[in-house]
Amino acid sequence: MSSTSSAYTRYASTAENYFNIEDILTTHEKIPSKVEQPILRLGFMDTSSDNKDIQPGTKLDLPFWLSSSLCTRRRRIISIDIPKFYKDTDREILRADANVVDLHKHGPFYYAFGTKLLHFDNPEVRDVAESLLQTYSSRFRKIMDSSQNAYNEDTTHLTSKLDESERSVFKAGQCGLNDFQSWQKRQTLKIKMSDMVANHKKRKRQEMEKDNN
Amino acid sequence: MAKMFGEKALELIRELHRSSEGTLPPYNDDTLRQVLEEMRALYEENQKDVGATVAGEQGLFAGVQFRHASLERNKRCLLAYLYNRIQRIRTMRWEFGIALPKDIKENLSEQEVLWFNKYSKGLGDYMKSIGDAGLDLTQDMQPPKSLYIEVRCLVDVGEFETEDGTIILLKKNSQHFLRRSQCEHLIRQGILEHIV
Repeated sequence: MSSTSSAYTRYASTAENYFNIEDILTTHEKIPSKVEQPILRLGFMDTSSDNKDIQPGTKLDLPFWLSSSLCTRRRRIISIDIPKFYKDTDREILRADANVVDLHKHGPFYYAFGTKLLHFDNPEVRDVAESLLQTYSSRFRKIMDSSQNAYNEDTTHLTSKLDESERSVFKAGQCGLNDFQSWQKRQTLKIKMSDMVANHKKRKRQEMEKDNN
Repeated sequence: MAKMFGEKALELIRELHRSSEGTLPPYNDDTLRQVLEEMRALYEENQKDVGATVAGEQGLFAGVQFRHASLERNKRCLLAYLYNRIQRIRTMRWEFGIALPKDIKENLSEQEVLWFNKYSKGLGDYMKSIGDAGLDLTQDMQPPKSLYIEVRCLVDVGEFETEDGTIILLKKNSQHFLRRSQCEHLIRQGILEHIV
């Protein structure tokens, strides 16, 4: 069973979340980088230049999995810059009011990717970490509240501005609420069709209706 | 804009992420082969560079590191693709039972079907070995409240033989009073409906 929580507990991708799909997607997010040492014979990667090699000074947007292995304490083949959504201007906005910001738009894995940034030695990294923590705690109350009080209704307007880890927290809250309600209504005594089977039948019915039309 | 290795491999991961827990997209052999092709090409380039470095050429380390990271990334994506598919198939054994619905079975590769059968057999052997007469672990997913339950049939199935030999005709909308252990499977499959 995949759990989103494992995508942000470590800032390196460890053995625990090696197979985790969310972690793989998180580490694909891009980081603006600048090449420090020439990278020979890979010039074709940079479509804006005709050079056979990638020259120092070239600016590229590399995914995290690549930039984290090219920029370690031992070797600095590239140097990185904090992505826009974690820079000071956006941090200011979050400090002003964290609840109005659409974190889903800022990359669906805002918090997870933010913790990955701690891997680098950049001086701004500590401020980023503090900002993530502050943002999370100021948004959390609203999420908890809405997840515990929205029963049997369409919740898209509540979750549209949440990033993936907040959405999984919201879903957990909803599960708890639904379980409690079904216990109150004594629905727990009833043996039910397994969810997978129910969804499968629903899908089959929809397909058959489509074929008939 | 930069071109990037590992894009095809990520497609596989995205495919899995998009589909929900109870389904499996068809086994994407094509994309898998393309990723393996990319890995082979990267590996050969690295071999060339290593040979050149041994012969004395300098400065090739950055390129080798770049390609190596891409190789590791492709490997991770492929392994995660295969692993997560198997996890879902395993969950399906517990939800659908031994017989998988035809349209799901179509999406599995040969090896995955083989794996499912082996897993079912392993599970069956284990369940038989518990206690004296074996124990069906896929039953009683919730603590049972009574020995006999009232059920209504939702689909025309035909004749059904209970443990003690009596034959029951399962017609649509017929109601029966059966032993819980006999019909729990059928309720979870959606053939019967439990009436409380």
